This record gives sequence, C-alpha cells and structure tokens, in this order.
Amino acid sequence: MMTDAKARTGGRARRIRAMLWTVVLIAAGSMLLPLAGYLYTAAVQAQEQSAGGDTANPRAEYWREVRDGTTGYTAVVGPETNVLIQSRGETWREIRNGPVITLGAIMVVGMIILLAVFQFTKGGAKLEHRTGRKVLRWPMLDRVLHWYTAILFIILAITGLSLLWGRFALIPLLGKEGFAAYASLAKPVHDYLALFFAVGLAVMLLKWFKHNIFEAHDRQWFKQAGGYLDGSHPPAGFANGGEKVYYWVLVAGGAAIVVSGFWMLFPNLGFERSAMQNANVIHGISSLVVITAVLAHIYLGTLGSEGALEGMVSGEVDEGWAKQHHNLWLEEVKKQGGAPASEGSASGRSAPASA
Amino acid sequence: MARMKFLCDSERCIECNGCVTACKNEHEVPWGVNRRRVVTLDDGVPGERSISVACMHCTDAPCAAVCPVDCFYTTDDGIVLHDKDLCIGCGYCFYACPFGAPQYPQKEAFGVRGKMDKCTFCAGGPQGKDNSEEERKKYGRNRIAEGKLPLCAEMCSTKALLAGDGDMVADIYRERVLKRSGRPQTWGWETAYQEDV
Ligand code: SF4
Ligand code: SF4
Repeated sequence: MMTDAKARTGGRARRIRAMLWTVVLIAAGSMLLPLAGYLYTAAVQAQEQSAGGDTANPRAEYWREVRDGTTGYTAVVGPETNVLIQSRGETWREIRNGPVITLGAIMVVGMIILLAVFQFTKGGAKLEHRTGRKVLRWPMLDRVLHWYTAILFIILAITGLSLLWGRFALIPLLGKEGFAAYASLAKPVHDYLALFFAVGLAVMLLKWFKHNIFEAHDRQWFKQAGGYLDGSHPPAGFANGGEKVYYWVLVAGGAAIVVSGFWMLFPNLGFERSAMQNANVIHGISSLVVITAVLAHIYLGTLGSEGALEGMVSGEVDEGWAKQHHNLWLEEVKKQGGAPASEGSASGRSAPASA
Repeated sequence: MARMKFLCDSERCIECNGCVTACKNEHEVPWGVNRRRVVTLDDGVPGERSISVACMHCTDAPCAAVCPVDCFYTTDDGIVLHDKDLCIGCGYCFYACPFGAPQYPQKEAFGVRGKMDKCTFCAGGPQGKDNSEEERKKYGRNRIAEGKLPLCAEMCSTKALLAGDGDMVADIYRERVLKRSGRPQTWGWETAYQEDV
C-alpha cells in the first residue's frame, strides 16, 4: 500500500516537474525567439564585415542597382521620371566644372599670349613689295559668306563663353542680378543664332572644299613652318598648308559643335540626360578648340599678315602679296587670265586655284 | 539649427501617390511639372518596392555647382532653394541632379525651357515676404515659415515619407527598423547627404 501510494505521489511529482519545465521552456522560447531576428542581422552583419562590405546581402545589391539607374514604373509623365537615381550627373559635373572650364581657359588664354608674344618678338609678315596690281581672290558671295558666318561665330562664342565662365568672370563684375539679366538674353540669342550659323558654316565649308584638299607641296610648307619663323616663302596654292589645317579643324569642330548643340537645343525631342551631358561636354570642348583656332586665324588675317585683310574686304589682293604667300595660285591665275584681274570681270577666276 | 531631410521608408510606401497630389495641390504647380513622384521597382512581382522621390536638398548640391547664373542657395535649415528671377532655364541643374528633381514648364515653341521649378521643402523662395502673393505664385506655399513641415510627408497615409530634422527622422526610422528586425535602407541618403542613418 505504502509503496503504491509512494509510487503515485512520485508519479504526480514527476508530472508536475515536467509541466514546470515545459512552462519555463515556453516562456524562455517566447522571450528568446523574437530576438532571433537580431541574432540573424547580427550574423549577417558579421558575415558582411568578414566579406569586406555588404556584398553578401542581396537587398544591398538591390539598392546598389538602383543607385546605378535602374528604372521602375511611375505614374508621373516626364523625361526619365522612372529613373530613381542617375549617378552620371556627378561625372558630368566633374568634367564640366573641371577640365572643360579650366583647360578651356588655359587653351584660349594660352593662344592669346602666344600670339601676343609672336607679335612682339617676330612681328607679323610684312608685305615685301606692293605692286599696285590687284588680283581677285574673294568674289562677293565668298565675302558675304565669310562675314556672315564670322559675325555669328563671334556672337556665339561670346555668349557661349559667358555661360561657361560667367560665374567666375562676370558675376564678380556685374553682380548676380546684372549677370542674370545679360545671361537671360545671351542664352536665347545663342540658341536662335546657332541655327543661322550652322547654315552659314555648312555652305561656306562646302563652297571652299575645293581649295582645301592637301597636296604634295603642302609638305614643304609645313617643313618650313609656313615661313613664320625664318621669313622664308614656302610654296602655297590658293590655301596654304596652315589654312588647310584650319579648314579641316572647322569641318570637324564645326560638325561636332552643330550636332551636339542640336542635342541640347531641343529637350522636347526626348533626348536622355546622358545624351545631353555628352553633348554638353562635346560642345564645350569642340567650341573651345575652334575658338582657339579662330583666334589664330583672326591674327593671321590681320596683324599677322599685311595685305591679307584687304582680300576679304574688297575681294582683291595685291599681286605682290599673292606672290609672297600664294605663289602657285598666282601662277595659275596668270595662266588662265594673264593680266591681273579686277572685280567683276574675273569673278570665276579665283575658283580653279590650286584644286 | 536643424538639418532638414527627406526619408522614404520603402517597406511602408504603398504607391498611393498621395504625396504627389498633396504637393501639386498645395503649391498649385503648373501642368507638366511634378515636384515629387513615386517610382515602383519590380512592379507587380514579389519584392516590389515603391519610393517617393523629390529634391533631396543635397549637401554639396550638384545643381548649385553647375548653374551658370549661380542662383541656388542653401538655407540655415539645409534646404536647397533657387531664385527664379535669375534662372535662365538652361537645364544644367537637371543634367546634374541625381534625383531628377528640376522640372521645367514648357515655354513657347521649340521646347524652350521655362524657369526651373523644383521641390522647395515647402520653404518658398527668395522673392517677396514669407507667404506673400509673389512668393506663392513663384514657389508655392511657405509652410516652413509657419512652423509646419512639408505637406507631402504630413499627408502620407502610411507615414512612409518622413520630412524634418535629419536627426529626428533618423531616430524614428531606426526605431522602426529595430522593431521589424530588418536592415536600415535610407534610400538616397548616401547620394544626397554622403551619409547613412
Ligand atoms: S536633389 Fe537635385 S535639385 Fe535637389 S539639391 Fe540635390 S541636386 Fe539639387
Ligand atoms: S535651369 Fe536655371 S537653375 Fe537650373 S542651372 Fe540653369 S539657370 Fe540654374
């Protein structure tokens, strides 16, 4: 009996103990299990740290992709509204605010200094012998084309450079309000005149293509560095080697300027930001290269070479100038018409030239 | 001084576009201009996430760095504002902005851009007195001057979009993350503020 009772109480005690343990386990479990989340994140973090960064986390991967410009859906209509982040803008900012602005300034200012130094040390080429006899070089149409394009180019260069350098060069002078007033005019002027310039440039370059094909004698011209340093007279046709290089700089640079400008001029055509960023950089660089070349051209057409400007003003140059600078062309003109020409009677004569 | 920030909790945003609507209505933004938008990634598939995005009011703002007329300024609260009287509508700030915030009303023909418009953190702009007719017309309402926070965040139905002092926003968000045991994803903060929560 006693053993029976003992056994019974012992069995009850065991049951109570088991029950107690279960309660404790459940309580501990319910307290500890939610912490597993922290344990998990802690483990993931530790794993990431050992993996050197958050490469092990697929969600981090997800957001990194978003940073690089993944697209999604958006109800808002507009250019690239479905892109969350475009990191290219930062690259564009660095290129535009960095090399384009600073190297551009170094290039343009450098050319001005170079030309000034040349003028003060060597001086421009003097017209050695003025004969008084005139040769037709630039018929009316060519001159109109030249000045039309040249004037537009100067306006475009000034307005364009204002937008590029204005913050540093003009705001200190004019103040923010003053500069903004000028810039709000400069921008539409630049935009609209650009179209007229593009047409002028294209027609001019097409018309003068025949003068600017490189020939064997141009090599000699380059060998003598155009005679600028030693005062010699290397052979040259209608255009000399340097002028041909200038022509091709205008062709390449002009095409780059016009095409890239078009990209920025019509945001309503739906070009992406990346295209406009590229266009802006190309526009800046090619414009700066062409502006630098134009500075040299302006110098060489005026101070740098006595007697050259009258050709682009009246259309006729002195025979002495032609002999000095474009001997092969003069021979050609003489072969065709003999006597020096006067305007009107010989309008076609300059055309064959060296081509 | 507080440093104002936006934070969109992608675990909460349900793409209701309430913020977009609130903004458009509060500031009477013209047609075609949206200062805020909601972008949904992986739309319709598991793992879909939505984020409401507007100008983040960046530290070292790229827009300000490239503006040819230098018309941006940062308020004491860290809000990036611009002067529409100076803006020439060149589009550079749009090229540079990581978040696609700058917007342009279309002017006349040829797609010429009008003066740039973007989120002001409901802080108006430089012209006129606070909440004057001139300021309201150009920049919308100036809630900050009234001691209120941006309406988009105030109206957010799930409180996914948070706006206000960066430290407080970060605290609220950190608490949430701790409760739901995820990882913090302060979307856009690294780009805009060069830091995370
Ligand atoms: S989000 Fe865009 S517009 Fe806003 S401050 Fe940053 S760069 Fe400027
Ligand atoms: S669009 Fe206006 S605000 Fe933007 S960069 Fe151009 S001038 Fe500055």
